[in-house]
Amino acid sequence: MAIKPAGTLYRGKVGMWSWVLHRISGVGIFFFLLVHVLDTALVRVSPEAYNIVIESYKTPVVGLAELGLVGAILFHGLNGLRVIAIDFWSKGTKYQSVMFWVVIAVTVIAVAGFTPMHLARVFGH
Amino acid sequence: MMSVTIETPNRPRTRKQANWEKYGWLFMRVSGPLLIVLIFTHLVVNLVLGDGIKAIDFAFVAGKWADPFWQVWDLAMLWLALIHGTNGMRTIVNDYAGQVKVRRALTTTLWAVCALLILLGTLVIFTFDPCPAGASAELLASFCPAQ
Repeated sequence: MAIKPAGTLYRGKVGMWSWVLHRISGVGIFFFLLVHVLDTALVRVSPEAYNIVIESYKTPVVGLAELGLVGAILFHGLNGLRVIAIDFWSKGTKYQSVMFWVVIAVTVIAVAGFTPMHLARVFGH
Repeated sequence: MMSVTIETPNRPRTRKQANWEKYGWLFMRVSGPLLIVLIFTHLVVNLVLGDGIKAIDFAFVAGKWADPFWQVWDLAMLWLALIHGTNGMRTIVNDYAGQVKVRRALTTTLWAVCALLILLGTLVIFTFDPCPAGASAELLASFCPAQ
């Protein structure tokens, strides 16, 4: 039986899953960015055109998706700082696992704080 | 264990400068923290403060871009986010696209889209008129003469 290596940064454990999440969140944010530049460009067409499209951001379905977007951005940004710490800080690899859970905790807390406020606006009148 | 000694390496490393890939790697780590400041502030100002998403309309954007501060802010965000995102997508394409032709086609498409959106966004920010003539007054910001 093959011995599972322990303590590697990128295989199997937190290091690998943070890498997977970083990629998935990055791709998601990228495609949103393409759409977001295009919808914002509508301000150059007419106030009516921009307002019609931006109204769709206030619908329940898109409103809920925005929570995912905000969560993805928070995770990707904070985990990016973790990657920088791993690359440039001498103790980065030692604390990479702790830093991952800090990233997750801060992301969850921030999204939990934002959710009621945002949903009240999306579902309220 | 015997150590292997290569008497005369047939391809000695002659290049003295770092390759392009290193500058790409560095760019991700320099633009990343800048984007955190730019985008996290963008999210707080547009989605948390005031009425959040409910308040966003043409007049809201006009109010921001009437101020050169937010023009420069959004311009920096546009350029850095698109280059950071496109370079990240390029990295993923390099990892998963097996065939050279597929990889080249995808990478070229990515950079073309990136350049196009940077150009479009930059033009929009700098040619934007917060109070366009002929627009109905109720859609415009309170500082517009039509109001």
